Amino acid sequence: MLRLSREDPRILQLAFLGSLLLFGVLVRDFSLQPVQVALCLGTALGWQLALGKGRNLASAAITGLGLSLLVRADNLWVHPLCATVAVVAKFTLRWQDKAIFNPANLGVLLAMALLPGAWTSPGQWGHAWIIAGWILMLGLGVTLRAGRMDSALGFLACWLALCAGRIGWLGQNWAVLGHQFTTGSLVLFSFFMISDPRTTPDHRAARYVHAATVALVAFTWQFGLYRPHGPIVALALCTPLVPLLDRLLRAARHQWPTPPPPRGLLDAPASVPS
Amino acid sequence: MPQQVFRPDRRRLGLLAIAALVATLAATPRALAFCGFYVAKADASLYNETSRVVMVRDGNRTVIGMASDYKGPLKEFAMVVPVPAILTREQVNVADRAVFDHLDAFTAPRLVEYFDDDPCSDMRRRGMLDERMMSAPAGAPMAKSARAERDLGVVIEAQYTVGEYDILILSARESTGLETWLRQNGYRIPPKARKALAPYIRTGHKFFVAKVNLGEQAKTGLQHLRPLQFAFESPKFMLPIRLGMANANGPQDLLVYAITRKGRVETTNYPTVKLPTGKTIPVHLKKDFKSFYKAMFETAWKREDRRAVFTEHFWDMGWCDPCAADPLSADQLRQLGVWWLDEGPDGGAPPGVPAGRRRMPQSAGGPVEAVVTRLHVRYASDTFPEDLVFQETRDRENFQVRFVLQHPWTGPAACPEGNAYKDSVKRRQDEEIRTAANLTGWPVGKLRRQAGLGPEAPPEPWWKNLWKR
Repeated sequence: MLRLSREDPRILQLAFLGSLLLFGVLVRDFSLQPVQVALCLGTALGWQLALGKGRNLASAAITGLGLSLLVRADNLWVHPLCATVAVVAKFTLRWQDKAIFNPANLGVLLAMALLPGAWTSPGQWGHAWIIAGWILMLGLGVTLRAGRMDSALGFLACWLALCAGRIGWLGQNWAVLGHQFTTGSLVLFSFFMISDPRTTPDHRAARYVHAATVALVAFTWQFGLYRPHGPIVALALCTPLVPLLDRLLRAARHQWPTPPPPRGLLDAPASVPS
Repeated sequence: MPQQVFRPDRRRLGLLAIAALVATLAATPRALAFCGFYVAKADASLYNETSRVVMVRDGNRTVIGMASDYKGPLKEFAMVVPVPAILTREQVNVADRAVFDHLDAFTAPRLVEYFDDDPCSDMRRRGMLDERMMSAPAGAPMAKSARAERDLGVVIEAQYTVGEYDILILSARESTGLETWLRQNGYRIPPKARKALAPYIRTGHKFFVAKVNLGEQAKTGLQHLRPLQFAFESPKFMLPIRLGMANANGPQDLLVYAITRKGRVETTNYPTVKLPTGKTIPVHLKKDFKSFYKAMFETAWKREDRRAVFTEHFWDMGWCDPCAADPLSADQLRQLGVWWLDEGPDGGAPPGVPAGRRRMPQSAGGPVEAVVTRLHVRYASDTFPEDLVFQETRDRENFQVRFVLQHPWTGPAACPEGNAYKDSVKRRQDEEIRTAANLTGWPVGKLRRQAGLGPEAPPEPWWKNLWKR
């Protein structure tokens, strides 16, 4: 059912998110029930099957795993509801044949803002360098192959500059920078949410503009208004920027690699466009 | 946390951390709603130099109460706390320490005990007791001159006496000026204080400076200092811990009791980890529960790389099960700063702000719209580089740190089930020893000796009963 090309970075992404879930549940006490993960994943895949004619199941699985990693709930209905909204919005809320909202971002935002018994815990990951390094390296691998290194690194570079500027202005110890920058949830956001190639601008320069704007809004939200979850809120607030940038700077839209056809069909001569 | 400062006589001055002198409450076992007996608790008196902070928060409204266990000469006591706004006289209050102690007792980690029934009783024979056993629920001095202050960039924004405290609210332009001002006015502050003060000045904080007014203190007739409270509005849901680190010799313990309306409170910039709970430990640890708890906390702290905040308790304030102390009454909650209990149709106001009509006080144990999260932080300069930032989640799942004692049946057990029961008790005791060793890092051998158990018997070979008929 889940057919992926060897070149598809989503293989690595799925493996990574899956192992991160296991690590979180087994080692970090994420307060997550296996049945919540199953319901979240099942619902995301179910809607993808129903609405996407069986295509791009990997994307739905990534959305399901991402929501499981980010959303906490004291009941069993929050995760499937978030997964439903995330995947259904991908098919229904579109602008010029492109999903408006980042699916996982929309799901998390819904949980944070509206749903009773739901919350997110940005501090749950701990700050061990080794964890951040591990996430960073795997994330880099995924993003490099997804061709969206610019969104992740653009965001991280701007975030780093803003945090460093603030620390310098406040006269804080520089250890604060290491503390802020090795937050697992920040790196996870960079490499598994803002870097989604289907909901970021098509043009490379536009992606840098978008990433920098998200970082600036997130920084203002978190350190100017003293509110939590800056990056997640900022990505949602910057949603209208994507179609605007796509209109201003046109480029080819990202397509996931197509899986190879079944072996029997290989006998037919391939038609190569001229 | 509050910065510790020193008067001119150069004698060292201790700061915050009231010893919770409520251990006597534990001396009388109490029968409880669920089938166990609460026998002991690990309250704030466990730790030396523990700061206790009660944070009452809803929206941007915040009431912070700070209790100190300062035991030195009162004339040497002084503290400096960064606050987000200028506080007027009406926004500051002196609280009754007994209420803080009650809250500490209500939320303290606890020990409960169960007693096995006669293994030869009918109930046992039906095999019901084993199941029940296994499923035990988890459980200021004045300024010299206004001109000198201006030169240093320090302004006395407010100055008043509340209870036994003389209070100054200072604003400063830069940390060197503030440091100089404090020194010139008789406070001895540690060398690193300037660096620690700077970020608070940059972010517009004011400085709440309190010292003891000896005349007023004598009028109270008390031998201790009462907690100070202040109410303010600010989007910042945080606790300034960095200032207190300037003169700390090692890790400091902080207990935060966050009282909110909706759900559990956690830190957003540090992991918040729940401590182990519901574990059955050897019965001999009953008399040594406080040592056990300290060792268990130390082990958990090291396991989290000394960088986590620990949840010790989260519970609805209207009830408890088992109770380490009675739920607080509506009046006690109000004393702690829970203003919304008084909210009328026109909305409520925190202490210090003109309030609307008050409702009749509720009785203890009744329904109350308040939940309490008890967080235990052991922080040091290198492991906690930033102040604590909090968020209120929508998590409503009650949690308490509770350990269980399961006393074996000591009466006669002359029935076939009796032998099987004795075997099961041996296995259970072995498991309890391993659990305690794992939780505390104490050697298994030492625990077995203390429990009066010999070396652990090697497991029986798997084939031993293979062909027995």
